[in-house]
Amino acid sequence: MHAVVTVVGKDKTGIIAKVSAFLAGKGVNIEDISQTILQDYFAMIMLVDISGAKEELAALAESAAELGKSIGMSIHLQHEAIFNAMHRV
Amino acid sequence: MFNKYDVLETIEMIEREHLDIRTITMGISLLPCVAGTADATAKKVYDRVCSQAEDLVKVAESLSMEYGIPIVNKRVSVTPASIVCAPFAAQSAKVGRALDDAARTLGIDFLGGYSALVHKGMADYEKTFIETIPEVLSTTEKLCSSVNIGSSKSGINMDAVKLMGGIIKETAARTAEKDGFGCAKLVVFCNAVEDNPFMAGAFHGVGESGTVINVGVCGPGVVQHAIESIPGADLTELAEMIKRTAFKITRAGQLVAREAAKRLGAEFGIVDLSLAPTPARGDSVAQILEEMGLESVGTHGTTACLAMLNDAVKKGGVMASSRVGGLSGAFIPVSEDIGMIEAAERGGLCIDKLEAMTAVCSVGLDMIAIPGDTPADTISAIIADEAAIGMINNKTTAVRVIPAPGKGVGDCVNFGGLLGRASVMPVHGESSSKFIARGGLIPAPIHSNKN
Repeated sequence: MHAVVTVVGKDKTGIIAKVSAFLAGKGVNIEDISQTILQDYFAMIMLVDISGAKEELAALAESAAELGKSIGMSIHLQHEAIFNAMHRV
Repeated sequence: MFNKYDVLETIEMIEREHLDIRTITMGISLLPCVAGTADATAKKVYDRVCSQAEDLVKVAESLSMEYGIPIVNKRVSVTPASIVCAPFAAQSAKVGRALDDAARTLGIDFLGGYSALVHKGMADYEKTFIETIPEVLSTTEKLCSSVNIGSSKSGINMDAVKLMGGIIKETAARTAEKDGFGCAKLVVFCNAVEDNPFMAGAFHGVGESGTVINVGVCGPGVVQHAIESIPGADLTELAEMIKRTAFKITRAGQLVAREAAKRLGAEFGIVDLSLAPTPARGDSVAQILEEMGLESVGTHGTTACLAMLNDAVKKGGVMASSRVGGLSGAFIPVSEDIGMIEAAERGGLCIDKLEAMTAVCSVGLDMIAIPGDTPADTISAIIADEAAIGMINNKTTAVRVIPAPGKGVGDCVNFGGLLGRASVMPVHGESSSKFIARGGLIPAPIHSNKN
Protein backbone atom coordinates (compact mmCIF):
# COMPACT_ATOMS: atom_id res chain seq x y z
CA MET A 1 0.00 0.00 0.00
CA HIS A 2 1.28 3.45 -0.91
CA ALA A 3 1.05 6.71 0.95
CA VAL A 4 2.19 10.22 0.17
CA VAL A 5 4.27 12.18 2.67
CA THR A 6 4.36 15.95 2.32
CA VAL A 7 6.69 18.13 4.32
CA VAL A 8 6.16 21.87 4.12
CA GLY A 9 7.76 24.68 6.11
CA LYS A 10 10.63 27.11 6.46
CA ASP A 11 13.81 25.68 4.92
CA LYS A 12 16.51 24.56 7.33
CA THR A 13 19.28 21.98 7.60
CA GLY A 14 18.56 18.31 8.12
CA ILE A 15 14.88 18.04 7.21
CA ILE A 16 15.29 15.15 4.79
CA ALA A 17 17.58 13.35 7.24
CA LYS A 18 15.08 13.59 10.08
CA VAL A 19 12.07 12.58 8.01
CA SER A 20 13.78 9.66 6.31
CA ALA A 21 15.20 8.42 9.61
CA PHE A 22 11.68 8.53 11.05
CA LEU A 23 10.26 6.58 8.10
CA ALA A 24 13.05 3.98 8.22
CA GLY A 25 12.39 3.51 11.92
CA LYS A 26 8.75 2.75 11.17
CA GLY A 27 9.56 0.24 8.43
CA VAL A 28 8.34 2.55 5.67
CA ASN A 29 10.16 2.36 2.33
CA ILE A 30 10.70 5.54 0.30
CA GLU A 31 10.12 4.96 -3.42
CA ASP A 32 10.31 8.45 -4.82
CA ILE A 33 11.24 11.91 -3.58
CA SER A 34 10.60 15.29 -5.10
CA GLN A 35 11.75 18.44 -3.41
CA THR A 36 11.53 22.09 -4.15
CA ILE A 37 12.10 25.49 -2.51
CA LEU A 38 9.27 27.97 -3.08
CA GLN A 39 10.08 31.48 -1.78
CA ASP A 40 12.18 30.23 1.14
CA TYR A 41 9.63 27.54 1.83
CA PHE A 42 10.70 23.96 1.66
CA ALA A 43 8.25 21.53 0.09
CA MET A 44 9.04 17.84 -0.15
CA ILE A 45 6.80 15.11 -1.45
CA MET A 46 7.59 11.43 -1.00
CA LEU A 47 5.84 8.40 -2.35
CA VAL A 48 6.27 5.65 0.21
CA ASP A 49 5.38 1.98 0.51
CA ILE A 50 3.90 1.18 3.91
CA SER A 51 3.29 -2.55 3.34
CA GLY A 52 6.20 -3.41 5.63
CA ALA A 53 5.31 -0.87 8.31
CA LYS A 54 4.78 -1.97 11.88
CA GLU A 55 1.83 0.35 12.40
CA GLU A 56 -1.51 1.08 10.77
CA LEU A 57 -1.77 4.02 8.39
CA ALA A 58 -3.77 6.15 10.85
CA ALA A 59 -1.14 5.67 13.57
CA LEU A 60 1.69 6.47 11.15
CA ALA A 61 -0.12 9.65 10.09
CA GLU A 62 -0.41 10.69 13.70
CA SER A 63 3.28 10.10 14.49
CA ALA A 64 4.29 11.92 11.28
CA ALA A 65 2.23 14.95 12.32
CA GLU A 66 3.89 14.85 15.76
CA LEU A 67 7.35 14.70 14.21
CA GLY A 68 6.33 17.73 12.13
CA LYS A 69 5.45 19.66 15.26
CA SER A 70 8.73 18.77 16.94
CA ILE A 71 10.83 20.02 14.02
CA GLY A 72 8.62 23.02 13.21
CA MET A 73 7.34 21.71 9.85
CA SER A 74 3.94 20.65 8.64
CA ILE A 75 4.08 16.94 7.84
CA HIS A 76 1.20 14.95 6.37
CA LEU A 77 1.17 11.26 5.67
CA GLN A 78 -1.90 10.32 3.65
CA HIS A 79 -3.20 7.36 1.67
CA GLU A 80 -2.34 7.92 -1.99
CA ALA A 81 -6.00 7.36 -2.95
CA ILE A 82 -6.97 10.90 -1.97
CA PHE A 83 -4.60 12.38 -4.57
CA ASN A 84 -5.61 9.87 -7.23
CA ALA A 85 -9.25 10.73 -6.62
CA MET A 86 -8.83 14.48 -6.73
CA HIS A 87 -6.32 14.89 -9.54
CA ARG A 88 -6.86 12.04 -11.98
CA VAL A 89 -9.93 11.76 -14.19
CA MET B 1 4.65 9.82 -8.92
CA PHE B 2 2.15 12.59 -8.48
CA ASN B 3 2.53 16.07 -9.85
CA LYS B 4 3.94 17.96 -6.88
CA TYR B 5 1.73 20.99 -7.48
CA ASP B 6 -1.37 18.77 -7.37
CA VAL B 7 -0.26 17.30 -4.06
CA LEU B 8 0.49 20.72 -2.58
CA GLU B 9 -2.85 22.03 -3.85
CA THR B 10 -4.69 19.34 -1.88
CA ILE B 11 -2.67 20.12 1.25
CA GLU B 12 -3.42 23.83 0.84
CA MET B 13 -7.14 23.18 0.35
CA ILE B 14 -7.29 21.24 3.61
CA GLU B 15 -4.96 23.41 5.71
CA ARG B 16 -5.91 26.93 4.63
CA GLU B 17 -9.16 26.79 2.71
CA HIS B 18 -11.33 24.72 5.08
CA LEU B 19 -11.86 21.80 2.70
CA ASP B 20 -13.57 19.10 4.69
CA ILE B 21 -16.02 16.27 4.55
CA ARG B 22 -18.87 18.06 6.30
CA THR B 23 -20.75 14.94 7.19
CA ILE B 24 -20.92 11.19 6.93
CA THR B 25 -24.59 10.40 7.38
CA MET B 26 -25.79 6.84 7.81
CA GLY B 27 -29.34 6.32 6.64
CA ILE B 28 -31.12 3.60 8.59
CA SER B 29 -34.52 2.16 7.79
CA LEU B 30 -36.78 1.89 10.83
CA LEU B 31 -39.38 -0.23 9.06
CA PRO B 32 -38.22 -3.47 10.74
CA CYS B 33 -38.87 -1.82 14.13
CA VAL B 34 -42.61 -1.36 13.88
CA ALA B 35 -44.25 -3.08 16.85
CA GLY B 36 -47.70 -2.98 18.43
CA THR B 37 -46.99 -0.45 21.14
CA ALA B 38 -45.00 2.76 21.50
CA ASP B 39 -42.74 1.28 24.17
CA ALA B 40 -41.91 -1.83 22.19
CA THR B 41 -41.25 0.19 19.04
CA ALA B 42 -39.09 2.70 20.90
CA LYS B 43 -36.94 -0.10 22.28
CA LYS B 44 -36.52 -1.70 18.87
CA VAL B 45 -35.68 1.66 17.31
CA TYR B 46 -33.01 2.35 19.93
CA ASP B 47 -31.46 -1.09 19.50
CA ARG B 48 -31.47 -0.96 15.71
CA VAL B 49 -29.92 2.50 15.43
CA CYS B 50 -27.28 1.64 18.03
CA SER B 51 -26.34 -1.62 16.34
CA GLN B 52 -26.29 -0.34 12.74
CA ALA B 53 -24.28 2.79 13.54
CA GLU B 54 -22.12 1.28 16.28
CA ASP B 55 -18.84 1.87 14.42
CA LEU B 56 -19.81 5.06 12.58
CA VAL B 57 -17.77 7.45 14.70
CA LYS B 58 -14.78 5.12 14.90
CA VAL B 59 -14.67 4.50 11.14
CA ALA B 60 -15.08 8.20 10.36
CA GLU B 61 -12.22 9.12 12.66
CA SER B 62 -9.92 6.53 11.20
CA LEU B 63 -10.74 7.57 7.61
CA SER B 64 -10.07 11.15 8.54
CA MET B 65 -6.57 10.21 9.75
CA GLU B 66 -5.76 7.97 6.79
CA TYR B 67 -6.76 10.41 4.08
CA GLY B 68 -5.70 13.46 6.02
CA ILE B 69 -9.02 15.23 5.48
CA PRO B 70 -11.21 16.42 8.37
CA ILE B 71 -14.61 14.75 8.76
CA VAL B 72 -16.59 17.28 10.75
CA ASN B 73 -19.91 15.59 11.56
CA LYS B 74 -21.12 12.05 12.00
CA ARG B 75 -24.86 11.77 11.70
CA VAL B 76 -27.70 9.33 11.31
CA SER B 77 -30.92 9.74 9.36
CA VAL B 78 -33.90 7.44 9.79
CA THR B 79 -37.19 6.61 8.10
CA PRO B 80 -39.72 9.40 8.69
CA ALA B 81 -40.87 8.60 12.22
CA SER B 82 -44.52 9.38 11.48
CA ILE B 83 -44.64 6.13 9.48
CA VAL B 84 -43.39 3.87 12.27
CA CYS B 85 -45.42 5.78 14.86
CA ALA B 86 -48.70 5.59 12.92
CA PRO B 87 -50.36 2.98 15.19
CA PHE B 88 -49.74 5.06 18.33
CA ALA B 89 -49.26 8.60 16.98
CA ALA B 90 -50.14 10.35 20.24
CA GLN B 91 -47.22 8.60 21.92
CA SER B 92 -44.71 9.34 19.13
CA ALA B 93 -42.55 11.29 21.58
CA LYS B 94 -41.40 7.97 23.07
CA VAL B 95 -39.80 7.06 19.75
CA GLY B 96 -38.35 10.57 19.45
CA ARG B 97 -36.69 10.26 22.82
CA ALA B 98 -35.38 6.77 21.98
CA LEU B 99 -33.77 8.23 18.85
CA ASP B 100 -32.20 11.04 20.86
CA ASP B 101 -30.90 8.53 23.42
CA ALA B 102 -29.40 6.46 20.60
CA ALA B 103 -27.67 9.55 19.19
CA ARG B 104 -26.12 10.26 22.57
CA THR B 105 -25.04 6.64 23.07
CA LEU B 106 -23.35 6.64 19.65
CA GLY B 107 -21.65 10.00 20.20
CA ILE B 108 -22.91 11.35 16.87
CA ASP B 109 -23.65 15.01 16.22
CA PHE B 110 -27.26 14.91 15.02
CA LEU B 111 -29.98 12.44 14.16
CA GLY B 112 -32.60 13.43 11.59
CA GLY B 113 -35.92 11.89 10.72
CA TYR B 114 -38.51 12.91 13.28
CA SER B 115 -40.36 13.70 10.10
CA ALA B 116 -43.64 13.46 8.27
CA LEU B 117 -44.46 13.49 4.56
CA VAL B 118 -47.82 15.17 4.07
CA HIS B 119 -47.39 16.82 0.67
CA LYS B 120 -50.68 15.59 -0.73
CA GLY B 121 -52.77 14.81 2.28
CA MET B 122 -52.51 14.55 6.02
CA ALA B 123 -54.01 11.57 7.82
CA ASP B 124 -55.24 11.99 11.40
CA TYR B 125 -52.25 10.09 12.75
CA GLU B 126 -49.87 12.33 10.80
CA LYS B 127 -51.49 15.45 12.18
CA THR B 128 -51.23 14.01 15.69
CA PHE B 129 -47.59 13.17 15.04
CA ILE B 130 -46.79 16.69 13.80
CA GLU B 131 -48.43 18.12 16.92
CA THR B 132 -45.85 16.29 19.06
CA ILE B 133 -42.91 18.04 17.32
CA PRO B 134 -42.66 21.15 19.57
CA GLU B 135 -42.61 19.11 22.76
CA VAL B 136 -40.13 16.60 21.36
CA LEU B 137 -37.74 19.23 20.01
CA SER B 138 -37.80 21.08 23.32
CA THR B 139 -36.98 17.96 25.35
CA THR B 140 -34.35 16.37 23.10
CA GLU B 141 -30.88 17.48 22.18
CA LYS B 142 -29.67 15.92 18.95
CA LEU B 143 -32.93 15.04 17.23
CA CYS B 144 -33.95 16.96 14.08
CA SER B 145 -37.35 17.17 12.49
CA SER B 146 -38.72 17.94 9.03
CA VAL B 147 -42.11 18.02 7.36
CA ASN B 148 -42.69 17.86 3.59
CA ILE B 149 -45.75 19.94 2.73
CA GLY B 150 -45.59 20.10 -1.05
CA SER B 151 -44.19 18.63 -4.23
CA SER B 152 -44.14 19.42 -7.95
CA LYS B 153 -46.11 16.25 -8.57
CA SER B 154 -48.82 16.71 -5.96
CA GLY B 155 -49.13 20.44 -5.27
CA ILE B 156 -49.00 22.20 -1.92
CA ASN B 157 -50.97 20.92 1.05
CA MET B 158 -52.16 24.24 2.49
CA ASP B 159 -53.75 22.60 5.52
CA ALA B 160 -50.31 21.33 6.48
CA VAL B 161 -48.80 24.74 5.69
CA LYS B 162 -51.29 26.33 8.08
CA LEU B 163 -50.50 23.78 10.76
CA MET B 164 -46.73 24.29 10.43
CA GLY B 165 -46.93 28.04 11.06
CA GLY B 166 -48.36 27.25 14.49
CA ILE B 167 -45.92 24.38 15.11
CA ILE B 168 -42.96 26.69 14.47
CA LYS B 169 -44.38 29.31 16.85
CA GLU B 170 -44.98 26.72 19.55
CA THR B 171 -41.50 25.24 19.13
CA ALA B 172 -40.02 28.73 19.55
CA ALA B 173 -42.15 29.35 22.65
CA ARG B 174 -41.11 26.05 24.25
CA THR B 175 -37.44 26.90 23.71
CA ALA B 176 -37.79 30.60 24.51
CA GLU B 177 -34.94 30.56 27.03
CA LYS B 178 -32.61 29.66 24.16
CA ASP B 179 -34.00 32.27 21.70
CA GLY B 180 -36.27 29.71 20.02
CA PHE B 181 -33.42 27.31 19.32
CA GLY B 182 -35.83 24.40 18.76
CA CYS B 183 -36.76 25.96 15.41
CA ALA B 184 -33.17 25.50 14.21
CA LYS B 185 -33.87 21.77 14.30
CA LEU B 186 -37.10 21.97 12.28
CA VAL B 187 -37.36 22.30 8.49
CA VAL B 188 -40.47 22.61 6.33
CA PHE B 189 -39.83 21.29 2.82
CA CYS B 190 -41.31 21.28 -0.63
CA ASN B 191 -39.86 18.47 -2.79
CA ALA B 192 -37.82 17.01 0.09
CA VAL B 193 -35.14 14.58 -1.07
CA GLU B 194 -34.80 11.12 0.41
CA ASP B 195 -31.00 10.94 0.54
CA ASN B 196 -30.02 14.33 1.96
CA PRO B 197 -27.10 13.98 4.40
CA PHE B 198 -27.39 17.54 5.76
CA MET B 199 -29.28 18.61 8.87
CA ALA B 200 -31.78 19.55 9.99
CA GLY B 201 -33.59 18.14 6.95
CA ALA B 202 -32.07 14.67 6.64
CA PHE B 203 -34.33 11.63 6.67
CA HIS B 204 -34.02 8.16 5.17
CA GLY B 205 -36.57 7.76 2.40
CA VAL B 206 -38.76 4.67 2.20
CA GLY B 207 -37.41 3.97 -1.29
CA GLU B 208 -33.90 3.64 0.08
CA SER B 209 -32.01 0.49 1.03
CA GLY B 210 -31.79 -0.77 4.65
CA THR B 211 -28.56 0.97 5.65
CA VAL B 212 -26.88 3.54 3.43
CA ILE B 213 -23.91 5.88 3.67
CA ASN B 214 -24.39 9.38 2.25
CA VAL B 215 -21.61 11.92 2.38
CA GLY B 216 -21.80 15.70 2.28
CA VAL B 217 -18.73 17.56 1.09
CA CYS B 218 -18.10 21.24 1.54
CA GLY B 219 -15.66 23.76 0.32
CA PRO B 220 -16.81 27.38 0.05
CA GLY B 221 -13.26 28.46 0.98
CA VAL B 222 -11.73 26.38 -1.79
CA VAL B 223 -14.08 27.86 -4.38
CA GLN B 224 -13.45 31.38 -3.09
CA HIS B 225 -9.69 30.86 -3.31
CA ALA B 226 -10.00 29.48 -6.87
CA ILE B 227 -11.90 32.60 -7.93
CA GLU B 228 -9.33 34.85 -6.23
CA SER B 229 -6.59 33.19 -8.26
CA ILE B 230 -8.03 34.52 -11.56
CA PRO B 231 -9.01 38.12 -10.71
CA GLY B 232 -9.47 39.41 -14.26
CA ALA B 233 -11.38 36.40 -15.60
CA ASP B 234 -14.72 36.77 -17.34
CA LEU B 235 -17.73 34.83 -16.08
CA THR B 236 -17.32 31.95 -18.55
CA GLU B 237 -13.81 31.37 -17.25
CA LEU B 238 -15.05 31.73 -13.71
CA ALA B 239 -17.74 29.10 -14.25
CA GLU B 240 -15.11 26.75 -15.66
CA MET B 241 -12.86 27.29 -12.65
CA ILE B 242 -15.72 26.63 -10.19
CA LYS B 243 -16.62 23.47 -12.07
CA ARG B 244 -13.07 22.13 -11.92
CA THR B 245 -12.87 22.89 -8.21
CA ALA B 246 -16.21 21.22 -7.54
CA PHE B 247 -14.97 18.17 -9.42
CA LYS B 248 -11.95 17.77 -7.14
CA ILE B 249 -13.96 18.24 -3.97
CA THR B 250 -16.59 15.73 -5.03
CA ARG B 251 -13.96 13.14 -5.85
CA ALA B 252 -12.60 13.39 -2.32
CA GLY B 253 -16.13 12.90 -1.00
CA GLN B 254 -16.76 9.89 -3.18
CA LEU B 255 -13.56 8.22 -2.02
CA VAL B 256 -14.52 8.66 1.63
CA ALA B 257 -18.12 7.57 1.03
CA ARG B 258 -17.16 4.35 -0.76
CA GLU B 259 -14.60 3.40 1.84
CA ALA B 260 -16.89 4.26 4.75
CA ALA B 261 -19.71 2.20 3.24
CA LYS B 262 -17.37 -0.77 2.76
CA ARG B 263 -16.08 -0.66 6.32
CA LEU B 264 -19.53 -0.19 7.86
CA GLY B 265 -21.17 -2.92 5.80
CA ALA B 266 -23.62 -0.43 4.32
CA GLU B 267 -24.51 0.56 0.80
CA PHE B 268 -22.84 3.59 -0.76
CA GLY B 269 -25.68 6.04 -1.35
CA ILE B 270 -24.72 9.43 -2.70
CA VAL B 271 -22.25 12.26 -2.49
CA ASP B 272 -23.89 15.60 -1.83
CA LEU B 273 -21.64 18.39 -2.98
CA SER B 274 -23.05 21.41 -1.25
CA LEU B 275 -21.24 24.61 -0.55
CA ALA B 276 -22.33 24.76 3.08
CA PRO B 277 -20.79 27.65 4.95
CA THR B 278 -19.75 27.89 8.59
CA PRO B 279 -19.47 31.10 10.60
CA ALA B 280 -15.65 30.97 10.14
CA ARG B 281 -14.18 33.67 7.91
CA GLY B 282 -13.04 32.15 4.62
CA ASP B 283 -15.76 29.48 4.72
CA SER B 284 -18.59 31.56 3.37
CA VAL B 285 -20.86 31.43 0.32
CA ALA B 286 -21.52 35.16 0.65
CA GLN B 287 -17.80 35.83 0.34
CA ILE B 288 -17.71 33.81 -2.90
CA LEU B 289 -20.46 36.03 -4.32
CA GLU B 290 -18.58 39.11 -3.17
CA GLU B 291 -15.36 37.77 -4.71
CA MET B 292 -17.30 37.53 -7.98
CA GLY B 293 -17.66 41.28 -7.88
CA LEU B 294 -20.51 42.31 -5.55
CA GLU B 295 -19.81 44.94 -2.92
CA SER B 296 -22.11 43.12 -0.52
CA VAL B 297 -24.25 40.01 -0.78
CA GLY B 298 -27.90 41.01 -1.19
CA THR B 299 -27.28 43.80 -3.68
CA HIS B 300 -28.42 43.71 -7.30
CA GLY B 301 -26.63 40.94 -9.16
CA THR B 302 -26.68 38.55 -6.20
CA THR B 303 -29.27 36.23 -7.75
CA ALA B 304 -27.33 36.01 -11.02
CA CYS B 305 -24.02 35.27 -9.28
CA LEU B 306 -25.66 32.63 -7.10
CA ALA B 307 -27.36 31.01 -10.11
CA MET B 308 -24.05 30.66 -11.89
CA LEU B 309 -22.28 29.37 -8.80
CA ASN B 310 -24.97 26.79 -8.07
CA ASP B 311 -25.02 25.50 -11.63
CA ALA B 312 -21.24 25.30 -11.97
CA VAL B 313 -21.02 23.39 -8.69
CA LYS B 314 -23.59 20.86 -9.91
CA LYS B 315 -21.83 20.38 -13.25
CA GLY B 316 -18.46 19.73 -11.61
CA GLY B 317 -20.07 17.36 -9.14
CA VAL B 318 -21.98 15.36 -11.73
CA MET B 319 -18.80 14.90 -13.80
CA ALA B 320 -16.94 13.64 -10.73
CA SER B 321 -19.39 11.04 -9.47
CA SER B 322 -22.18 9.01 -10.95
CA ARG B 323 -23.92 9.07 -7.59
CA VAL B 324 -24.42 12.71 -6.90
CA GLY B 325 -27.59 13.30 -4.92
CA GLY B 326 -29.04 15.05 -1.92
CA LEU B 327 -29.27 18.77 -2.45
CA SER B 328 -25.93 19.45 -4.20
CA GLY B 329 -25.62 23.18 -4.71
CA ALA B 330 -25.00 26.27 -2.63
CA PHE B 331 -26.56 26.76 0.81
CA ILE B 332 -27.47 30.18 2.11
CA PRO B 333 -28.16 29.71 5.85
CA VAL B 334 -28.07 33.30 7.06
CA SER B 335 -26.86 32.72 10.63
CA GLU B 336 -24.18 30.21 9.58
CA ASP B 337 -22.34 32.36 7.04
CA ILE B 338 -20.15 35.24 8.20
CA GLY B 339 -20.77 37.21 4.99
CA MET B 340 -24.55 36.82 5.34
CA ILE B 341 -24.44 37.64 9.06
CA GLU B 342 -22.61 40.88 8.38
CA ALA B 343 -24.79 41.83 5.41
CA ALA B 344 -27.91 41.24 7.53
CA GLU B 345 -26.48 43.37 10.34
CA ARG B 346 -25.83 46.20 7.87
CA GLY B 347 -29.44 45.87 6.68
CA GLY B 348 -28.19 44.93 3.21
CA LEU B 349 -29.91 41.56 3.08
CA CYS B 350 -33.67 41.22 3.39
CA ILE B 351 -36.04 38.28 3.39
CA ASP B 352 -37.46 39.23 -0.03
CA LYS B 353 -34.02 39.11 -1.65
CA LEU B 354 -33.27 35.84 0.11
CA GLU B 355 -36.50 34.43 -1.32
CA ALA B 356 -35.38 35.37 -4.84
CA MET B 357 -32.01 33.72 -4.17
CA THR B 358 -33.71 30.49 -3.15
CA ALA B 359 -35.21 30.21 -6.64
CA VAL B 360 -31.74 29.57 -8.04
CA CYS B 361 -29.81 27.79 -5.30
CA SER B 362 -30.13 24.48 -3.59
CA VAL B 363 -32.38 25.02 -0.61
CA GLY B 364 -34.40 27.84 0.86
CA LEU B 365 -34.98 30.41 3.57
CA ASP B 366 -32.57 28.95 6.03
CA MET B 367 -31.64 29.95 9.57
CA ILE B 368 -33.34 33.32 9.45
CA ALA B 369 -34.34 34.99 12.70
CA ILE B 370 -37.63 36.91 12.49
CA PRO B 371 -39.44 38.94 15.16
CA GLY B 372 -40.90 36.88 18.00
CA ASP B 373 -44.32 38.44 17.55
CA THR B 374 -44.63 37.35 13.90
CA PRO B 375 -48.11 35.78 13.60
CA ALA B 376 -48.32 32.05 12.83
CA ASP B 377 -50.24 32.82 9.64
CA THR B 378 -47.44 35.03 8.39
CA ILE B 379 -44.98 32.17 8.91
CA SER B 380 -47.38 29.89 7.03
CA ALA B 381 -47.49 32.41 4.20
CA ILE B 382 -43.68 32.53 4.08
CA ILE B 383 -43.74 28.71 3.82
CA ALA B 384 -46.37 28.87 1.06
CA ASP B 385 -44.29 31.34 -1.00
CA GLU B 386 -41.20 29.23 -0.66
CA ALA B 387 -43.06 26.01 -1.48
CA ALA B 388 -44.52 27.66 -4.58
CA ILE B 389 -41.02 28.44 -5.84
CA GLY B 390 -40.02 24.82 -5.31
CA MET B 391 -43.18 23.36 -6.81
CA ILE B 392 -43.10 25.45 -9.99
CA ASN B 393 -39.34 25.12 -10.54
CA ASN B 394 -39.10 21.39 -9.77
CA LYS B 395 -36.55 21.93 -7.03
CA THR B 396 -36.26 21.46 -3.30
CA THR B 397 -37.09 24.49 -1.22
CA ALA B 398 -37.29 24.76 2.52
CA VAL B 399 -38.07 27.11 5.35
CA ARG B 400 -36.16 27.13 8.62
CA VAL B 401 -37.06 30.39 10.35
CA ILE B 402 -36.73 31.22 14.02
CA PRO B 403 -39.37 33.58 15.44
CA ALA B 404 -37.14 34.56 18.37
CA PRO B 405 -39.35 35.04 21.44
CA GLY B 406 -39.21 38.54 22.86
CA LYS B 407 -36.87 39.79 20.12
CA GLY B 408 -37.56 42.49 17.57
CA VAL B 409 -35.98 43.77 14.36
CA GLY B 410 -32.27 44.53 14.82
CA ASP B 411 -31.86 42.38 17.97
CA CYS B 412 -29.29 39.62 17.73
CA VAL B 413 -29.90 35.93 18.28
CA ASN B 414 -26.86 33.82 19.10
CA PHE B 415 -27.00 30.04 18.72
CA GLY B 416 -23.25 29.45 19.03
CA GLY B 417 -21.01 26.97 17.23
CA LEU B 418 -21.77 26.05 13.64
CA LEU B 419 -25.27 27.54 13.91
CA GLY B 420 -23.81 31.03 14.34
CA ARG B 421 -25.70 34.22 15.05
CA ALA B 422 -28.41 36.20 13.29
CA SER B 423 -29.74 39.70 13.36
CA VAL B 424 -33.56 39.62 13.50
CA MET B 425 -34.94 40.50 10.05
CA PRO B 426 -38.19 42.34 9.42
CA VAL B 427 -41.12 40.57 7.78
CA HIS B 428 -44.08 42.26 6.09
CA GLY B 429 -46.65 43.47 8.60
CA GLU B 430 -49.72 43.14 6.37
CA SER B 431 -51.82 40.08 7.18
CA SER B 432 -52.00 36.91 5.08
CA SER B 433 -54.51 35.27 7.44
CA LYS B 434 -57.51 35.06 5.11
CA PHE B 435 -55.39 33.34 2.46
CA ILE B 436 -53.99 30.84 4.95
CA ALA B 437 -57.42 30.19 6.51
CA ARG B 438 -58.76 28.94 3.15
CA GLY B 439 -56.81 25.66 3.44
CA GLY B 440 -57.10 22.99 0.77
CA LEU B 441 -54.54 22.02 -1.84
CA ILE B 442 -52.79 24.27 -4.34
CA PRO B 443 -53.01 21.98 -7.36
CA ALA B 444 -49.85 20.65 -9.00
CA PRO B 445 -48.64 22.70 -11.96
CA ILE B 446 -49.53 21.74 -15.52
CA HIS B 447 -45.96 20.66 -16.31
CA SER B 448 -46.15 17.95 -13.65
CA ASN B 449 -48.47 15.95 -15.91
CA LYS B 450 -45.77 14.14 -17.83
CA ASN B 451 -47.12 10.59 -17.93
